[in-house]
Amino acid sequence: MTEGGQGSGPVGIVLVSHSGPVAASVAEMAAGLAGGGATAPVAAAGGTPDGGLGTSAELIGAAARKVDRGAGVAILADLGSAVLTVKAMVAEGDELPAGARLVDAPFVEGAVAAVVTASAGADLDAVAAAAGEAYGYRKE
Amino acid sequence: MSDSELDAAFFVRWMVAAAASVEREAGRLTELDSAIGDADHGNNMQRGFAAVVKALEADAPTAPGAVLTSAGRQLISTVGGASGPLYGTLLRRSGKTLGDAARVTRQELRAGLRAGVNAVAQLGGAAPGDKTMLDALVPAVAALETSFEAAAEAAEEGALATVPMLARKGRASYLGERSIGHQDPGATSSALLFAALAEVAA
Repeated sequence: MTEGGQGSGPVGIVLVSHSGPVAASVAEMAAGLAGGGATAPVAAAGGTPDGGLGTSAELIGAAARKVDRGAGVAILADLGSAVLTVKAMVAEGDELPAGARLVDAPFVEGAVAAVVTASAGADLDAVAAAAGEAYGYRKE
Repeated sequence: MSDSELDAAFFVRWMVAAAASVEREAGRLTELDSAIGDADHGNNMQRGFAAVVKALEADAPTAPGAVLTSAGRQLISTVGGASGPLYGTLLRRSGKTLGDAARVTRQELRAGLRAGVNAVAQLGGAAPGDKTMLDALVPAVAALETSFEAAAEAAEEGALATVPMLARKGRASYLGERSIGHQDPGATSSALLFAALAEVAA
């Protein structure tokens, strides 16, 4: 865990869900569980611009720019088109801020881990690793 | 239209024909998608290709590759379902492979589309036989070596061949055996894309 490896600010987190309310609620929960003090910037990009279920490259791009503080942006996505859209945007190279990447993690658990570690000042690699480790937490 | 003289205007006509075809068949695509998907494929493709045409009307590129790259970018931005990034990647990668040549041959187009299809397979992690758009795209690109007409026929046959397949990717894969007996909506729209290509080349 290094301080400001790629930039000065904290790593930003973007949560991409097929549903606007799911993305917004998970963002709220993750920020809440990150506890008091300064938390890393989190933005939700859920559903389509007209409020329907789906994925919007426009909303994802706007969310990533909003949380970008120069230290990279960790993007977590829920299913199918959310994952594919982020992957296609990363491949495109100019729709997302430099240093934005898709993090392979379970959506809710990974979001909490990502926001907690980013708020503690971890760099993008450490945030991504913490979010991915959430796959290992078995529930029975 | 000679095979060796495919210019940007030809590619614009292809995208316009594809948009018209998607518009015409939107109801059928959504019906197929309601059987094994989330019943939005027709609307999504309609919205995406309408945006493609609008962007090309506003600013038509002068190179075939740039037409496809522009179309792919629009699809990724506007479709809202998995078909957006998949078709977007297909067209964008194909366009980038064609580069900035002012005219391309059918064989060059085939090489470009093959690169696009490979990128789609990589993005979605699917292979032929998984009941996806690849089941129409892969045979179509192979048959494009012979003619545009052969490519359209191969795509149509490939789409029909998805009926008895078990879905292994996307939402349909959750249905397991129940996905058998339905034609894949993505393979169906891929066949429309190649039918539109044959139409403008005729």
